[in-house]
Amino acid sequence: MVSTKRGRDTIHGYLFILPVVLGLLIFTIGPVIASFYISFTKYPILRSPEWIGVRNYVNMVSREPYFWQAVKVTVIYALTAVPLGIVGGFFLALLLNQRIKGMPFFRASFYMPTIVPAVASAVLWGWLLNPDYGLFNAGLKAMGLPTSRFLGDPSSALGSLVLMSLWGVGGGMIIYLAGLQGIPETFYEAAKIDGASSRQLFRFITLPLMTPTLFFGLVMGLIGAFQYFTEAFILTSGGPLFATYFYSLMVYERAFRFTQMGMAAAMAWFLLVIVLVLTLLVFRSSALWVFYETEVK
Amino acid sequence: MVEGREIHLGLGDIRFNRPKQSLFILLIYLVLFVGALVFLLPLFWLITTSLKTNAEVYVFPPTFIPETFRWQNFPDGWFYQGMNFSRWLLNTVFITVTVTVGAIISSSLCAYGFARIKFPGRDLWFLLVLASIMLPGAVTLIPLYIMYARIGWLGTFYPLTVPAFFGGGAFNIFLLRQFFTTIPVELEEAAILDGAGRFRIWWQIILPLTKPALATIAVFTFQGVWNDFYGPLIFLTNPDTYTLALGISFFRGLYNTEIPLMMAMSFLMVVPTLIAFFFAQRLMIRGVVLSGIKA
Repeated sequence: MVSTKRGRDTIHGYLFILPVVLGLLIFTIGPVIASFYISFTKYPILRSPEWIGVRNYVNMVSREPYFWQAVKVTVIYALTAVPLGIVGGFFLALLLNQRIKGMPFFRASFYMPTIVPAVASAVLWGWLLNPDYGLFNAGLKAMGLPTSRFLGDPSSALGSLVLMSLWGVGGGMIIYLAGLQGIPETFYEAAKIDGASSRQLFRFITLPLMTPTLFFGLVMGLIGAFQYFTEAFILTSGGPLFATYFYSLMVYERAFRFTQMGMAAAMAWFLLVIVLVLTLLVFRSSALWVFYETEVK
Repeated sequence: MVEGREIHLGLGDIRFNRPKQSLFILLIYLVLFVGALVFLLPLFWLITTSLKTNAEVYVFPPTFIPETFRWQNFPDGWFYQGMNFSRWLLNTVFITVTVTVGAIISSSLCAYGFARIKFPGRDLWFLLVLASIMLPGAVTLIPLYIMYARIGWLGTFYPLTVPAFFGGGAFNIFLLRQFFTTIPVELEEAAILDGAGRFRIWWQIILPLTKPALATIAVFTFQGVWNDFYGPLIFLTNPDTYTLALGISFFRGLYNTEIPLMMAMSFLMVVPTLIAFFFAQRLMIRGVVLSGIKA
């Protein structure tokens, strides 16, 4: 009797998850394997793939003129936009976790930019950052500060995109706010009875209990940053002088402008390895700084 | 960590700390007020620029309120020569609705299987679902593109809509599974005793009980598809099949001096997401709380 129930459950279980099983096989696992194979071929889409071994990978790191530039741009973006986004989002979440009047308005204000479609936000920011007629330079001029060419200058273009990304810190903020709400009030009460200062409350309760949430923000932020595409594609197409030549732009150009599918697949796999190694490093490091409640004895 | 009372959680009614000193409150207000202004300014600028004349956008210092409100910018942009915004809107609506429906059906079926039925291999498949969130899209994109080209799907909506029926998004499955596990098993056991099959339980018990969660993933999916640029860019080749996102970037690429018209069209694209935000704000916040970070 037990075994028949188990057998029935197995059949039912697989029937229910059948869509995602098929979906993973057709749209994820199959393509991952195929793309690994393609990365070892010369494949100008119209002809059939021709096996060339590791030549794509060798050419990519040694001959591709802007490969390392793309890596550099993407890493710099990830290392600035992600930490700034986390600090900014966490800071806002702490502020918005207070009981004062008008809080729903403030929370909505900070969150709203995150729901603006990337295309609309790129079009808008392209205008805000316009060197001659944009609001930013008008503001800088009015305050007597030096203006900037923003996206038009190789030295400031990447920074401008980082600045733009900070408009979206509300997404992280909401997650951190939810995390702050999840900290039991009793922890604070108990600590206060023991005479803890508000600084100590933050250092020894809020911060450690928030580390899993911040960790989540860090991992998802890094994965997102390494795939940054739309804003750069619309606003700079990688320029000026390759200053915003993001990795995803490079893969896109290889695949869909030059139809070098083999090379593009190799680049995509290199990206996958970078993301995997980074995620692994972050996970490894998490033992040092992320606090899990199960550790409490 | 999810309890019943959190169902009605919104931006406004999450629990608060109560600051003690009034000077401190004043400082918080100041920071929040200035911050909110800074964050809302770009949106305000989008709206105000969309109502200016072409000449007024170039004046210095820039005007915050348009001298004359040029509402004509909206029809002018919509019916701009060579642009086809009506068609693009229809395309976007069609894709968005199809994907959202597909995602709800598909992800709720899968989530039920993962949450409520014990079977060998379940945890492995669930792990694969979660792992797929971390996979950079570029890795699968090239073989998929080649496959779609072979079966004649390039330039059609199929590459954008069909995958939604196969799982409906890893994040949605994860979110719904979290929610389904909070429903008391007793409800289901009673139904099984009454002779109900799994499918009927899913349809008649689980889905009605989880309407807010389904609405949450519907809103998330709607926004994701409405805003998507990368997918349409790669798979839609003919301007007749463009979505709004693609159309606006196409417009900008050709006529990047039509500032007010561009802003007007961008603003129109933002409106549905703003409406969704105001109506579904509670659902979205709850979705974030639900996604449960700690789990």
